[in-house]
Amino acid sequence: MAPKSARRRQLEAAALYPLDWVEERTGLVGGIKYFLFRHVPRDTNWMQTLGAATLTAFLVQTVTGVFLAMYYKPDPQNAYSSIQHITHEVTLGWLVRGMHKWGASVFIILMFFHMARVFLFGAYKYPRELNWIVGSLLLVLGMLEGFTGYLLPWDQTAYWATAVGINLNATAPFLGPFLANFLQGGAQIGPDTIARFYSLHMLLIPGGLIGLIVLHMYLVVRLGVTSPPWSPTAAGRERPDESKPEGARQGLIRSGDGQDEGH
Amino acid sequence: MAPAGAACGSWYVVDTSESRAVEWRAGSELSSPNDKPHVPAPSLWPVGFAIGIVCLLLGLVLGSWPIVAVGAVLAIAFGYLWVRDVTRDMRPKEAPAPGTDVAPSAPAAEATEELPGFSRSIFLETATLGIGGVIGGLVTLPVLGFAVLPAFESHKAKDVDLGPITNFPEGSFVVATFLEDPSQGEVSRKTAFIRNNGLTAVKGKQEPSFTIIYSRCAHLGCPVQPGGLLQDAETKQLAPVKGDPVKLIPVKGLSNFACPCHGGAYDPEGNRVAGPPVRALDRFAYSIVNGNLMLGTLYSVGHVEGTGADAKISRYTSASPGVHVDGIERWLYPIPVPGR
Repeated sequence: MAPKSARRRQLEAAALYPLDWVEERTGLVGGIKYFLFRHVPRDTNWMQTLGAATLTAFLVQTVTGVFLAMYYKPDPQNAYSSIQHITHEVTLGWLVRGMHKWGASVFIILMFFHMARVFLFGAYKYPRELNWIVGSLLLVLGMLEGFTGYLLPWDQTAYWATAVGINLNATAPFLGPFLANFLQGGAQIGPDTIARFYSLHMLLIPGGLIGLIVLHMYLVVRLGVTSPPWSPTAAGRERPDESKPEGARQGLIRSGDGQDEGH
Repeated sequence: MAPAGAACGSWYVVDTSESRAVEWRAGSELSSPNDKPHVPAPSLWPVGFAIGIVCLLLGLVLGSWPIVAVGAVLAIAFGYLWVRDVTRDMRPKEAPAPGTDVAPSAPAAEATEELPGFSRSIFLETATLGIGGVIGGLVTLPVLGFAVLPAFESHKAKDVDLGPITNFPEGSFVVATFLEDPSQGEVSRKTAFIRNNGLTAVKGKQEPSFTIIYSRCAHLGCPVQPGGLLQDAETKQLAPVKGDPVKLIPVKGLSNFACPCHGGAYDPEGNRVAGPPVRALDRFAYSIVNGNLMLGTLYSVGHVEGTGADAKISRYTSASPGVHVDGIERWLYPIPVPGR
């Protein structure tokens, strides 16, 4: 390809100057690049995008949930009517609530698909065993999100499904009845139950989820992406020198002549 | 195409999946340092261990001690073999001779002599960690107690006044709905099925007798429905002086109670006749004050023999639905829950 014109080089320098400024002071550009521009095996598969899809579903739940919390009232007298208010009166409330409701199922389904991919590709094997375990914990927490979120509409389905769910927990040997009391905030479903579920649903469990997701992705970056089982090649290439600012932003702008730092 | 495993440094991502490319299989760099085989090698011991556990649980479910014993023996035997296999590399191959352990201990002793016994930095580290731990505990423990303990406090609700006993016709059921604790609002609304059993002799005195069955299914807590004709036209709304109105609907020809969720069915005494429930329906204790029926505490029932005033009720502390109160399965719930 033809070498870059002087004008183009000038433009690139202008575009990259703020990046270099930030990089020199924080190292963030290199960090983000390290995270995003990783080498992956040549023959990665579309199935390997399921983890990112699950993350996207989680982010949708986070964003819609934050905005639903602006209108939702977690107490037995007002919960149902506030849901009706969100669905029928608040502008676009039906859409945000619908996204959160259906997105919840999408999140759970994608987690299972992602898990199936990891299992069938053998990606849980050495050295990635701990990431499988972290993923299993994420699955458990995701299901708990589903369980605690199901009560919040406070309609007949929500109430009785949660009653059955709590009593199901109570049948676990030894500590089951204690778990049921903890979940209900007393011996029966009472005035504190819904606020308790709301707190678990939007604060405690998401906090754990976010922490474990960070750990999950750290391990993905550290250990790399697995080749599909039919791959004829093994993965792994050298990373560029990231100790220099130029090295850190190498590849951020696709260069025309095939060399990142030609000048 | 060079095998990536050949040059493996800290910046490399090495995939350990076995390659099918034969062209470099014959090469000299077949095994990379990262390509360690799994330790220990696959074995059948965990499978036997799992079979033992399954057998043990099966025995517990079936209530058969020989099966439990066989399962326990299998689990212990295979568990021992498994652990022995796994820890093979950690155990010393042979016991060291008595004289050999003198040599390694000598340099260790020298090393400890070189170190100061208790330096300033160690003191500061310990103090920081210790004070941090104390502060963390002081903050966390009350918060945890706040989150957990209130769920186990007993809230002794006042007895609910269900109105004059003359509202309850002898020998047939009435569906009563009421607020168990009006201060909690609608969430405490409960339903009970009440039958006046007529007068019965208690210690030489003629006293009224009632059967008061709680509508909560003993399977998983759904509301059981009365199998009879609800006389909606004869519904009574009682407004007691204190508390919330009580609604009474008489039922004609009640033959059973049935649960809509999973098909649990009970006879008019609350004994399970079909479906998944693990015990009879719960009941309320009662008292009669100034001719009014007062609803007392809830209790769980294992089984009822006989009917009406003559019924022999095996009575237990109120338990969660689905929890066994009698039989061998009650051993699964040995710790009583406070606040029930």
